[in-house]
Amino acid sequence: MTDKHLSTQFDAELGDISTRVLEMGGLVESQVTQAMYALSQFSGETASQVLQTEERVNTMEVEIDRDLWGIVARRQPTARDLRLLIAVSKAIANLERAGDEAARIARTVQRLINTGVSSRLRLPVADLAFGAELATAQLRKALDAFARLDTTRALEVLKQDDQIDREFDGLLRKLITYMMEDPRTISSSIDLVFVAKAIERVGDHAKNLAEAIIYVVKGTDVRHTSVESVESVVR
Amino acid sequence: MTSATITLPTPPLPLKAEARGLDFYYGDFKALKRVTMPVYEHKVTALIGPSGCGKSTFLRCFNRMHDLYPGNRYDGTIQLLPDAVNVLDKSVDPIEVRMRISMVFQKPNPFPKSIFENVAYGLRVRGESSRSYLEDKVEAALKGGAIWDEVRDRLDEVATNLSGGQQQRLCIARALATDPEILLFDEPTSALDPIATGSIEELIHQLKGKVSMLIVTHNMQQAARVSDFVGYMYLGEMVEFGDTKDIFMKPKRKETEDYITGRFG
Repeated sequence: MTDKHLSTQFDAELGDISTRVLEMGGLVESQVTQAMYALSQFSGETASQVLQTEERVNTMEVEIDRDLWGIVARRQPTARDLRLLIAVSKAIANLERAGDEAARIARTVQRLINTGVSSRLRLPVADLAFGAELATAQLRKALDAFARLDTTRALEVLKQDDQIDREFDGLLRKLITYMMEDPRTISSSIDLVFVAKAIERVGDHAKNLAEAIIYVVKGTDVRHTSVESVESVVR
Repeated sequence: MTSATITLPTPPLPLKAEARGLDFYYGDFKALKRVTMPVYEHKVTALIGPSGCGKSTFLRCFNRMHDLYPGNRYDGTIQLLPDAVNVLDKSVDPIEVRMRISMVFQKPNPFPKSIFENVAYGLRVRGESSRSYLEDKVEAALKGGAIWDEVRDRLDEVATNLSGGQQQRLCIARALATDPEILLFDEPTSALDPIATGSIEELIHQLKGKVSMLIVTHNMQQAARVSDFVGYMYLGEMVEFGDTKDIFMKPKRKETEDYITGRFG
């Protein structure tokens, strides 16, 4: 099996793009972790770090996109090279949006701090942490699968997406109970609903990334298909 | 090598010709090995592959071009449909085959005659002599070759004065004059600049739906742009045949993928 192009420069360009996607993914992953830390500790400082990182992530998306279209224009890639570049384009869009979700959480933390809610209300912040850990693990796993173009790992991400969705549903029920018991928590509980939704969205973006990886390797579009049929594609 | 991976279109399309188990020998050298490939009616099929893979050899079998040299031998069939005549059969007149299956070559090769006579040549060979008939057919062919507007006022000028791109379109018009069922193109644009190349490709698009075409090209992007189907050949064998989009997005064979992504070597 020959994995290298006759043009070593083309290989270098593709390698460079992939590396930067992983770098961007690493940034987003740390953004989500930091955002959750900011929430659990009510740390305004960490929240603003998340927002600073967001600018870098946005810039990276634009730069990678620009270089990607440069490669498309100059090299006219085909088959798996083309699939890789299409997947990269989707991957960075998803990563950027996952970063947006982290920024959304950070802004919620800032608002909670500014309105003086703080931890006195005993909101179920810790319950959110578990879902957030799942989502970041999913993101990490999807990036790992991207680095190795590993469809088995990508499949795992798809299989575990349900778990995050279940977490979200459970948390929603819990927050409703809080709001019914103590109407003073309604405003901040709604904030937490949005945080939980943001976490769930991070998981979705990881899932999209995993689907793109399967597309690169297998050439089959597995979006909107059952896990079973994806399994038969990856097999 | 394992046998060819042939992916046929669904639903099936009408066939114009079909090569089956075609072997071809240049003397002792076996240049084609059991090549099987469909040619669909009014579609463009591109043959790609590295130099020496047999794609031009294969193309030339379709109009018996190899008959011109001694020692060449065909084995197997190329059926022309719907009448199911095997064009390789010795009882079939190669001149008649070339009327029905015309060739356009890499370098434009107009005869050193007037523009008009270039296009009328095949018809005259066929025995047509009526001036008005010839004029009508020449005009239609030049229009078909998308060059009528450029030459209508100078049909009596010598064809070799035209530019390269014009000459190539004239050659296409000449090939069209006998109302061929299949047009064969052997690297039709490799001697042309990008603009002239663009006009030939546009012409191929216009001819689609009227005539079946088979095109050999080194330019993979050209195959991707103009063809409906692609056959990838290597070492005299058909490796993979399928829909152009599938071949360029997701070929089934690793060898095809390595070639079209430039990993071959």
